[in-house]
Amino acid sequence: MKTHDLVTLLATGVGAVEPGASSRRYTTALGWGAFGATLLMAVLLGVRPDIGAAARLPMFWIKLVFPACVAVASLVAASRLSRPGAQLGPVSVALVAPVLAVWLLTAYVLLAAPPPERAELVMGRTWEYCLFSVPMLSVPVLVATLWAIQGLAPTRLALAGAAAGLLAGAIGALVYALHCTEMEAPFLGVWYVAGMLIPAAAGALLGPIVLRW
Amino acid sequence: MRDLLVLGLAGDAAAYHAFLTELGKHLRAFFRRRMSGLPDDVEDLVQETLLAIHNQRHTYDLGQPLTAWVYAIAKYKLVDLLRRRAGRDLRNDPLDEELDVLAHNDAEAAAARLDLAKLLLRLPARQRLPIVCMKLEGMSVVETARATGMSESAVKVSVHRGLKALAAMIRTRR
Repeated sequence: MKTHDLVTLLATGVGAVEPGASSRRYTTALGWGAFGATLLMAVLLGVRPDIGAAARLPMFWIKLVFPACVAVASLVAASRLSRPGAQLGPVSVALVAPVLAVWLLTAYVLLAAPPPERAELVMGRTWEYCLFSVPMLSVPVLVATLWAIQGLAPTRLALAGAAAGLLAGAIGALVYALHCTEMEAPFLGVWYVAGMLIPAAAGALLGPIVLRW
Repeated sequence: MRDLLVLGLAGDAAAYHAFLTELGKHLRAFFRRRMSGLPDDVEDLVQETLLAIHNQRHTYDLGQPLTAWVYAIAKYKLVDLLRRRAGRDLRNDPLDEELDVLAHNDAEAAAARLDLAKLLLRLPARQRLPIVCMKLEGMSVVETARATGMSESAVKVSVHRGLKALAAMIRTRR
């Protein structure tokens, strides 16, 4: 086929492109993903029984705000990475900043605590549980976000997959925080971060396989 | 060129045609410079990239430089081709290709070896018919809907899916 004929074929009967198609795709993906994660948490793990009392403590909110910040930054990163030629720019700073803030808090809490108690502050009572549950809860958002990106045009597949994974991990951690009763910053700084990085790594590995177009 | 694309995205078929024609010339020059070892693949890749750009045209952000968007897609398609080629050459005896020197000539530079028209025949009827009606016969969405018995939105969706399937077929054929 001649290129001229292909051009004619493509341009014939071409309709207007609806603006905002990609953000609608993300909204759908995030809506279903977050719904799936919340459902999984409510059915398999259960909301923490003392949530009313816990909601009066600042740490409860820090545990929600931290993953929410990571989620917003990685959503912006993912949507940029699914447009050809768009640069990450300052988004990378926004991705790292919440983690650094939590690590500063972690360092402060650990330095203020007497040395024998430090290990317990980090390990908590449920670290294995956290390390398993956050990635588990991130699966719905990971699948949905990869679907959203796949319909767009990512050109750096591993990076786009990693952003999708981090977004999924952050939503997973956000939802898990409604179940988890650990209330110490070092636990957040180590296990929540690790829990979010596992889906990010999975996304980076999956990206080059499932995002090709 | 950017203005032509913007008009095209708004549904102006003539402007979109002019945009794709102009874009094809740039892509050909771009790929020719970077694929001196694979001259026969240039036109295939031009067509594959045009099809990709058409299918992904909704990812163009009006605030973004057109060059950056086109360049990223062209580079992605080029790297994708070279990677697949490298994988295939490892499995095949590369000498066979060297000996084939006289088998290729440049006379048909404007025609790709991939025959999209033939690939089109392999699409399921539900996707092929709307493409044939709209894209080859030049019928409108309403006429196509009447001819195929599909709803208007189903026609649009089928054309879109069909062209995507076509792009996927080109990728996997190589």
